Amino acid sequence: MKSTRRFFLQVSAGATGALILGGGIAQAQRPGRPGRPAGPAILPSAFIQIAPTGMVTLTAKNPEMGQGIKTALPMIIADELDLDWKMVTVVQADLNEAKYGSQSAGGSRSTPNNWDLLRRIGASGRLMLVTAAAQTWNVPAAELTTELGRVHHKASGRSVGYGELAAAAAALPPPDLNQVKLKDPKDYKLIGKSLPIVDLPAMVSGKPIYSIDFKLPGMLYAVYEKCPVFNGKAVSANLDEIKALPGIKTAFLVEGNGDISSLASGVAIVASKWWYANEARKKLKVEWNEGPNAAHSTAGYNAKAQELFAQKPGFSIRKDGDPEAALASAAKTVDAKYTFPFISHAQLEPGNCTAKFENGKLELWAPSQTPGRGLQMASQALGLPPADITVHQLRTGGGFGRRLANDYLVEAAWIAKQLPGTPVKLLWNREDDMRHDFYRPGGYQHMRGGVDAAGKLVAWHDHFVSFGEGDKFVSSSNIAPGEFPAQFVPNFGVEATLIPTGVPTGPLRAPRSNSLAWVIHSFIDELAHAAGKDPVQFRLDLLGEPRVVGKGMETYNAGRMRAVLESVAERSGWGKRTLPKGRGLGVGFHYSHSGYFAEVAEVSVDAQNRVKVHKVWAVGDVGSQIIHPSSAANQVEGAIIDGLSELMNQEITIAKGRTVQSNYHQHQAVRMRQAPPEIDVHFIKSDNPPTGLGEPPLPPLLPAVSNAIFAACGKRVRTLPLVKEGFRWA
Amino acid sequence: MAIRLNVNGKPVSVDVPANMPLLWVLRDELEQCGTKFGCGAGLCGACTVHQDGVPVRSCVTPVSAVAGKSVTTIEGLSPNATHPLQQAWLEFDVPQCGYCQAGQIMTAAALLEKNPKPTDAEIDAAMDGNLCRCGTYIRIRKAIHRAAELTRAAKTNREE
Repeated sequence: MKSTRRFFLQVSAGATGALILGGGIAQAQRPGRPGRPAGPAILPSAFIQIAPTGMVTLTAKNPEMGQGIKTALPMIIADELDLDWKMVTVVQADLNEAKYGSQSAGGSRSTPNNWDLLRRIGASGRLMLVTAAAQTWNVPAAELTTELGRVHHKASGRSVGYGELAAAAAALPPPDLNQVKLKDPKDYKLIGKSLPIVDLPAMVSGKPIYSIDFKLPGMLYAVYEKCPVFNGKAVSANLDEIKALPGIKTAFLVEGNGDISSLASGVAIVASKWWYANEARKKLKVEWNEGPNAAHSTAGYNAKAQELFAQKPGFSIRKDGDPEAALASAAKTVDAKYTFPFISHAQLEPGNCTAKFENGKLELWAPSQTPGRGLQMASQALGLPPADITVHQLRTGGGFGRRLANDYLVEAAWIAKQLPGTPVKLLWNREDDMRHDFYRPGGYQHMRGGVDAAGKLVAWHDHFVSFGEGDKFVSSSNIAPGEFPAQFVPNFGVEATLIPTGVPTGPLRAPRSNSLAWVIHSFIDELAHAAGKDPVQFRLDLLGEPRVVGKGMETYNAGRMRAVLESVAERSGWGKRTLPKGRGLGVGFHYSHSGYFAEVAEVSVDAQNRVKVHKVWAVGDVGSQIIHPSSAANQVEGAIIDGLSELMNQEITIAKGRTVQSNYHQHQAVRMRQAPPEIDVHFIKSDNPPTGLGEPPLPPLLPAVSNAIFAACGKRVRTLPLVKEGFRWA
Repeated sequence: MAIRLNVNGKPVSVDVPANMPLLWVLRDELEQCGTKFGCGAGLCGACTVHQDGVPVRSCVTPVSAVAGKSVTTIEGLSPNATHPLQQAWLEFDVPQCGYCQAGQIMTAAALLEKNPKPTDAEIDAAMDGNLCRCGTYIRIRKAIHRAAELTRAAKTNREE
């Protein structure tokens, strides 16, 4: 993807005489995002403040939800600026995309989208400080070096702190961000070091740093009861009885705007303290108009999928060669049906948002992954101009894609607008959160594949029964035409048929990949065994020579994938170790969100189908730099454990248009004793710009463990979660 | 009716319904928000506090049940985050989102009080009620071992 960015720099003296360096990013329309307005050419921003004392304040622009970006992005600036990290304070930016550029956390995009910009911001700041020192000492700038927040002139033995130079630097004309010289990566001092993580001491000492903890004087607390059937409407409720309960300030019906990603219909209860509001729900009686979704159920979807498998697929997604003819002439074929369920994000901090509406202006304190979209949605739902809405970004207890939606934000805004002048915190309980999610959609895949007499994969056909209307998939339920092994199999077809659903769906960590990788690499494993090949060798043969195939959205670097696969095979001792009976190794790889990951799992299964994951090896290639190695490894470890939860237990089922599961006992996540005792994480640093890590380590885990179960006990898993196939954790 | 209890070494009195969970007394009456709300049903452990040294789930503990008792929350575990567990948490960069970690630390602190040198299996058993949605378990276990080591080292130093 060609970069179409240009950079601008803004310089001004701060009110305290501090140097304030800022940068803007002017971006032409990005490929693949039609309709995105080009916007104003210059988006000035402010990222760096240097106080006369030498203390530096760096602005963290993007939402922090546990992915460590509040530390990683400021580190990029700090390295180019040659700062002493001990002198740095990081502050979270409010939402101001005109000032900071895009502020969102999703798609593992925070690092790749900001890597170039923030290095240039840091390097420009350094250049201005060096220029100021050169003028002060009347020496050539080329003779000056910088280190730990100071400029040095070695020839004369002089040095000066950035703080003392700040005022002079601020008076200089700003350098051209596009021309500024960036550090040679071998000179990085902070990038690649596991520096103290911002907020860590606050986290371990219980400081009120999360969205749920935010309070304002005179604040009231709200709960919001929505129709258990998606998109149902509140017709009436026993509001007078509710209002008479202890602590209750008011209660009212909300008609909603017909879009449950914005404002679902429901009943708001506002109280002096949250527990009173939540307790009042026990007495709440609502008459709902459940609407047409009441007829939907998982059982209905399952039956429909089997019916559709027997029919001609609805439409084609990709066709290369002649899959049917190749299947007919293949030496060996495999025919298998895979099923995966809807699942919930279940991030630990339930949906919440604090809102205050006063004098026609709305102020929000939100845990959103997409605060800019949240602002727009609140603007539309409440009929307020965007300029009259302020959004403050608060640290959030997990995202996983749930907070890409802004329903909690719009609900809070709406409720607060009914109580002008009074701040209101809306907080969902766990049941609200689990029953009103935008779920990872389930799906059904009828896979057929064939290998030739030499054991080479020559035919692939996937009939994907997913969700949507006609050929329009619901959110996060599609398969891309370039999805692997497209472009690697000469006769390749993917066709789909969609089942209409009223269940809200949305992106969940590694959307699409988190289910597709499981199907694709489980099926590749079946084909490897049919071919009589070693599962790693079969995959290496499938990838072929190191090369880049496809272009645009379908670009796939077979060389990068080979490298991670070969590395993980070596690190795990693949093919070199004799394992006891009942124990096996499984492998999977996947490319998503610009990252290449291959993983091997060592698993044992006993006679009672109890599964133990002894160790997982993960090798990833996310480019030339691992900004914060400890955080990076933590993301990979977490993704692997997250994947295990999805694999073994998690399922959302629908009955009568409602979500059956309500809390963690029914949608279980892995506990410590079930987690692998060891996870080996390794990164291959390739000559590519750094990309994100939140998502790409997750998808390969599911097939790696499934395939290891097959290796351990000979049982092929084709339905998730594993508990439905009779497995459980040892 | 006022209910008296001791929170982090200070006597407090709250005028709330007897069945209000301790979690909400801490968060909304006493403004101690380090104790977190996750599930409201004793399933995730994010709300773990000590009642007379024993870890309890404050979201399902009515405040009347702790009348006259001593409650310790993450805010009261140590001055300035100096408890060996807190130190070890920093050393291994344990948290991701961090939301569950107060509960994890409180459960671990109670474990180390009665078992200064726990095995992996003992740690797993003690920590079973604490969910980490981000999946930081390997680091949590490592940090508990490290805290146990730090505690033993400090004890040895004091005795020398």
